[in-house]
Amino acid sequence: MQTPISPNIHKFVLSESSQQTILQEKTKYPHPRTAILPSLHITYRELGYLSPEALRDVAFLLDFSYTEVSEVASFYTMFPKKNMGKYFIQVCTNISCYLCGANGLLEYLQKKLGIKAGEVTPDGMFSLGTVECLGSCGTPPVIQINNEDFSENLTRQKLDQIIEELKKKK
Amino acid sequence: MKIVFKNIDKPEQHQIENYIKSGGYKALPQALKNYTPDQVIDIVKKSGLRGRGGAGFPAGVKWGFVPKSTAKPKYLCVNADESEPGTFKDREIMEKDPHLMIEGAIISSYAISAHTSFIYIRGEFTLAARRIEQALKEAYSKTFLGKNILNSGYDLEMYLFRGAGAYICGEETALLDSLEGKRGLARVKPPFPAIEGLYRCPTVVNNVETLSNVPDIILKGGEWFASIGTPKSTGTKIFSLSGHVNKPGNYELTMGTPLRHLIYDLGGGIKGGRKFKAAFPGGPSVPLLIEKHLDTPLDFESLQQAGSMLGSGAVIVMDETTCMVEAARILVWFFRHESCGKCTPCREGTMWLHQVLDRIEDGQGRTEDIDLLLRISDNIGGKTICALGDAAIVPVQSTIQYFREEYEYHVKNKKCLTRTQAPFN
Repeated sequence: MQTPISPNIHKFVLSESSQQTILQEKTKYPHPRTAILPSLHITYRELGYLSPEALRDVAFLLDFSYTEVSEVASFYTMFPKKNMGKYFIQVCTNISCYLCGANGLLEYLQKKLGIKAGEVTPDGMFSLGTVECLGSCGTPPVIQINNEDFSENLTRQKLDQIIEELKKKK
Repeated sequence: MKIVFKNIDKPEQHQIENYIKSGGYKALPQALKNYTPDQVIDIVKKSGLRGRGGAGFPAGVKWGFVPKSTAKPKYLCVNADESEPGTFKDREIMEKDPHLMIEGAIISSYAISAHTSFIYIRGEFTLAARRIEQALKEAYSKTFLGKNILNSGYDLEMYLFRGAGAYICGEETALLDSLEGKRGLARVKPPFPAIEGLYRCPTVVNNVETLSNVPDIILKGGEWFASIGTPKSTGTKIFSLSGHVNKPGNYELTMGTPLRHLIYDLGGGIKGGRKFKAAFPGGPSVPLLIEKHLDTPLDFESLQQAGSMLGSGAVIVMDETTCMVEAARILVWFFRHESCGKCTPCREGTMWLHQVLDRIEDGQGRTEDIDLLLRISDNIGGKTICALGDAAIVPVQSTIQYFREEYEYHVKNKKCLTRTQAPFN
């Protein structure tokens, strides 16, 4: 039985469905602490970043202290801690991609979006970052958007198309 | 010779029907019904199969370290946190033939009498994670997983667990910390995971490619596997070829195949017909090879003789236009970024290495900086609890060993001796 959560005790930023999924994770593994990382993935998927309020939700749901959850969250680079806008584009700049045009790709994107790595466009649509080797070294250069599937073997034309499609999606 | 990749290009091989059609899930019933766990360990010991993740430790011997008489539960963890720069072999196995790895993991779990198993996959591999999740569902539905597998009385639960962006979690003890819901920090060894691993219970951590060799070893025997390759590097190895080559990709080769064959015959040679300069044969954690090493056979012993290592099998090729100081700077930045911060020499040392490389590359270097880099490296190597510190100094030592004149040129002329930025068109 899951304990009913009184809204008087804790105000959630996470949706009801994310809360339920996290509660399922809580009892899934041999040790409840193992559920922290999967719960952070669920939180990221809903909010796009991990705010202190969201981390409080996770701690509350899993019965851990805020510190126990936030020390985990701060270690892993896939979870931005601030709002990175709607589409967070990460460019791999490690060695194999570097050898195959990653720097040029990054420069091109910076110009195209008018922002530098680490920044968000004023309209909140795009943000840019660099990322370490994504394991796409045979199909470089590569970007990953919002921690989803890779866009590989990129050319200017392909990249333009991807950005246009995202703009249309709004 | 193909073992792991024998079915990799068959359409929809990731679906269980196709995996079974291609001879899959035949080894599992054989292991469960014909062999005791100890016999499975013996077969794998005889095969000489060594870990494919980087360290090259014999898999069967590792399994043998798990104590037989213990009341504690035992765990098998699949190390699918493939993050060594230049490596993308496990990703291809998991995306295209996930059941092969799963079958291998079930057999290995049985060998160490584990009833719970985790697949720790790096968080960025989204397609591979979906494929494995689907494959696990299929395997449960066919009773290859769960209670009383194929009526053998053996139970096994297998979980997919996603990492979240941390190279260090490929180090087995950091992987275990991460699985326990902590920051991924490397642990002091001993105790080794086989004695005290996940939740302080006996645990074996094996790489995806290692486990993917297990089904064929069970079906065809340890002697068969040992007859392939060289006496001490048995079987095949998947090499991830990347960088300045015409045909990058994963190539499964019999151990002992010369580097030249991989780069020039299979990889189509260097892009634009340019000259080969250097290559990391096993990811940037292992020392460089240069032109005189092109005929080195790719196996554990030969690469060691050439002053390098097999590592993860990531062959990163650099041509004559590559600035080696810049390459070192990129890689040292990587290690600095990925250091977990537990050991001072690695945490502080990688920062210093990077700062010094930065100033050399930016034309601010001093003559004494080259020896300073080597001194900092000496203060990291062998002084940390995991291999990340040792790996971080490799790009520095190795580039200075073979290309010291490029460093000197930077210091003297405030610019690169050679540097052509790869075009992005």
